[in-house]
Amino acid sequence: MFEYSRMFIISLLLGFLARAFMLRIDYRQFPSYPHSYAIHLTLGAIAAALGALVIPVLLEKEFIAVTFITIAAQQFREVRSMERESLAKIEKTELIPRGEAYIEGIAKLFEARNYLALISSFATSLFYYYFGWPVAIIGGSISAYILHWFMKGPTVGDIAEVQLADITFKGKNIGIDEVIMMNVGEEEALEVWAKEGIGIKIIPKDEDARATLANLGQRQAILHDLAILMGVKLDQGLQHFSPLARLDIDNGTLNIIFIPQEPDELFIKEAVERIPVLESSQRKPLKDRIGRKAAD
Amino acid sequence: MGESNILAIITTKNNRDKVGGGVPIFYADSQEEMEEMSSLLARITLAMVHDLENGIKIIVRH
Repeated sequence: MFEYSRMFIISLLLGFLARAFMLRIDYRQFPSYPHSYAIHLTLGAIAAALGALVIPVLLEKEFIAVTFITIAAQQFREVRSMERESLAKIEKTELIPRGEAYIEGIAKLFEARNYLALISSFATSLFYYYFGWPVAIIGGSISAYILHWFMKGPTVGDIAEVQLADITFKGKNIGIDEVIMMNVGEEEALEVWAKEGIGIKIIPKDEDARATLANLGQRQAILHDLAILMGVKLDQGLQHFSPLARLDIDNGTLNIIFIPQEPDELFIKEAVERIPVLESSQRKPLKDRIGRKAAD
Repeated sequence: MGESNILAIITTKNNRDKVGGGVPIFYADSQEEMEEMSSLLARITLAMVHDLENGIKIIVRH
């Protein structure tokens, strides 16, 4: 074994475990088991190996090796375009598409997670160098957890209040309150909406939330996730049952109408609250002086 | 958001003056036939029926 083998192996393992820990399956079924798993775990291991090499390289005064590490890190950019491409390809097969903003968010996340694995293993080797292996394992795990925790974005429940609402009917038009959302030309379809349709109001808590909810990508992401969690009664050729999200432009409330497979009101509310707020759709007008003044 | 296209117009014969243009127009004899025809056309073209509430229905692909 080479001189720094213990340091290298411990750091590599911890970085790899950090990546594996971030890679868990939830309702989104993404990444799809098991082949995406193999891809991401392998890349995670490579990232961890890179991070673990930094300290030994510096100790040996092999500064040129650092440039090789930066070149290797470039490879992880490929991860983002790989994810983006594959998700964009299957987009056509989704009844309710994810939307480009959601895809971009997922792709970015998968790239970033490799860097997190790299940083975790680097931190572990740093701890190992100064304090020995027990501290390295504990410190590495803690830093991995902190990194993971920092990457958690807000959810819809954090920025808005979710309420269930009745669908209002005005002639052939349906909507929520005063907002007309869809014109349904078939009597049968209108009856189904009256019987099974459910309305949701997402009321933003402040101006930041209002601007975020107005984003089309965010709305599409909410519809997509809601459809996965609650199920929608929808098929090709039954476009009149498509779930819709429309804004009440007077107060920024996002209104959603859909026909769930599981009309369980409590869980519908909870499901919407758990949907992530996309990084790319977050707007913060209140961070600026002019935005704050305008919101008064 | 893609663009939406009107694929067809369905109406009754007494509404002849209200419709026209480069879109296929289907004339029905009765309200029931109109309902039936619009439903079928929507299923066949994978599009949606909209009602203009003046006796005219349009098939729109979104």
